[in-house]
Amino acid sequence: MMDLATLPSLTPFLPELILAVGALVLLMIGAFGGERATPLVTTLAVLLIAVAGLVLLFKAEDGVTFGGAFVLDPFARFMKVLALIGSGFAIVMSVNYVKREKIARFEYPVLILLATLGMLMMISANDLIAVYLGLELQSLALYVVAASNRDSVKSTEAGMKYFVLGALSSGMLLYGMSLIYGFTGHTQFQGIATTLSNGPIAIGVVFGLVFVIAGVAFKVSAVPFHMWTPDVYEGAPTPVTAFFAAAPKAAAMALFVRVLFGSLGPAAADWQQVVTFIAVASMILGAFAAIGQRNIKRLMAYSSIGHMGFALVGLAAGNEAGVQGVVLYMAIYIAMTLGAFAVILFMRRKGQMVEEISDLAGLSRSHPVVAFIFAMVLFSLAGIPPLAGFFAKWYVFLAAIEAKLYVLAVIGVLSSVVGAFYYLRIIKIMYFDEPAGAFEPMTGELRFVLGLSGIFVILYVVFAGPIGQAASVAAKTFF
Amino acid sequence: MILQTIFFYLFSAIVIASALMVISSRNPVHSVLFLILAFFNAAGLFVMLGAEFLAMMLVVVYVGAVAVLFLFVVMMLDVDFTELRQGFLQYLPVGALIGIVLLAELLIVLSGWVFAPDVLANPVRPIPELNQLTNTEAIGRLLYTDYIFFFQTAGFVLLVAMIGAIVLTLRHKPRVKRQVIADQVGRSQKVELHSVEPGKGI
Repeated sequence: MMDLATLPSLTPFLPELILAVGALVLLMIGAFGGERATPLVTTLAVLLIAVAGLVLLFKAEDGVTFGGAFVLDPFARFMKVLALIGSGFAIVMSVNYVKREKIARFEYPVLILLATLGMLMMISANDLIAVYLGLELQSLALYVVAASNRDSVKSTEAGMKYFVLGALSSGMLLYGMSLIYGFTGHTQFQGIATTLSNGPIAIGVVFGLVFVIAGVAFKVSAVPFHMWTPDVYEGAPTPVTAFFAAAPKAAAMALFVRVLFGSLGPAAADWQQVVTFIAVASMILGAFAAIGQRNIKRLMAYSSIGHMGFALVGLAAGNEAGVQGVVLYMAIYIAMTLGAFAVILFMRRKGQMVEEISDLAGLSRSHPVVAFIFAMVLFSLAGIPPLAGFFAKWYVFLAAIEAKLYVLAVIGVLSSVVGAFYYLRIIKIMYFDEPAGAFEPMTGELRFVLGLSGIFVILYVVFAGPIGQAASVAAKTFF
Repeated sequence: MILQTIFFYLFSAIVIASALMVISSRNPVHSVLFLILAFFNAAGLFVMLGAEFLAMMLVVVYVGAVAVLFLFVVMMLDVDFTELRQGFLQYLPVGALIGIVLLAELLIVLSGWVFAPDVLANPVRPIPELNQLTNTEAIGRLLYTDYIFFFQTAGFVLLVAMIGAIVLTLRHKPRVKRQVIADQVGRSQKVELHSVEPGKGI
């Protein structure tokens, strides 16, 4: 008789297990309950994410499992909390929208749960195969939710475009991985790192690394792989856009950090220049291309491209302060984006969603509190002290200066000045332009999200201590 | 030995030729048939490598299921392939140029390229000695024990694909009349059973 293989340790894997099993149960509830079960499934999905988050924080133990393919460490924990927050709020914010647009379906929260599962696997991936599978699980669910308003041509186009370009980027990623595997003989990150540090870095590994960076850069929508972002952001239903802008970005950035520092660390000199270029290009494009936008969702798309550029500055720095900067940047970015999208979801007039920036005119008179918080969020996105966004930029630029990347830091500061223009223009429209008529009253869940985001952004100085500490613990993982 | 070499070149030549035919033949049904030919010859290559299980699986799964499914799709969806190919010639020069440039770059960079000898010595999952384990056992051990995490995740990816296909295409049409078997065979109050004597009516 064959002896039974020992079961892999499941304690680091608990949150994923809860999400996976929970998503399957919710799928069953939805399938047997039909459309009537949608509110129940939505509520349970949010609860499930909350439970997974609590288990992650208090129950799951750090460690490596599944033969080294899966790792839970402080970095993974921090980024996973961000991804869970982003996904949870994305579901919460969608509740009234899908009802009004008559696209409420129980599959939506289930797909978001499965996408979140993919994100958690990506963040914890410690093996090239695990990276790819996590990424595909996440992306496939995202393609579907992008096209979930299937009677709208724009939504279908968004899903299709995202799918085709996403498949292309996955192909590049796989090609790069196969080269790295071919030249190092390992798929596991530690193995790759040891092989690379033992000898000269083969040209094939550099090729592979460039392809892998291209594949991941697509997922974080960094220039020159950003083409899909504005169209997908504009076409997808707005709560889906809010979801795209927050959680998957955090997960992909975590993957970026882990692949570069965890496995390709010894080749830092080779990838640093690539990441520097991507960061510079993203910051500049994000700043200039957003100026001409009139649709606020497209504007947020360019804004997110720019912000990814700023976060990548920390990655390009390649030191511990840089990783800490990236981690903090993503935390603050998610808080700001969710707040901004709460306002965008609130832009509804005469039973119709409106998306033009000019529709915000006179918001300060009809909804002074919303206008004030939105203005604060926009100031923060622009990076004006003492709001959260300023600290985010400050940390990454500090890391760049520490790494003697002065040019990069200067370009970053300049493009953030250019970027401030279009954020300030929105504030000017809200406060000083002729009113364009009031929006419908803000629903409870949007108030909740906007309120939380506003508190975080305005009072960041209060939270800075504990969050900074958590980020520094997370960053120590790689050093 | 010479026989092996002959068969190797035979199989690989047919694989490459039929793969070319798959993308170049005008009739999509012919494409699928060439694909099947390619699968068969690839299976032959696997047999020569000593991987009989993979070879048989390739025939059973790919030829038996996937290729037949392709055939169904090609025949049932009336895709006008000539129309799809219309832009092809127009973009061919640009595409070919980019392809040639990429190929040239790769060749220039990789011309002095050899796999590091120590890489072949330490691959991450060395294949078990085939004289100690059967093919099936070796694959099973890798797939269900070592790679159980990947296997399950791949299952989830497929599940998402299935949910996605249903979400995006299934439409509940209100006017469709469906058979309700329970109503059909259920006994209501109005139905009574009588035992009818022969020769008489009710």
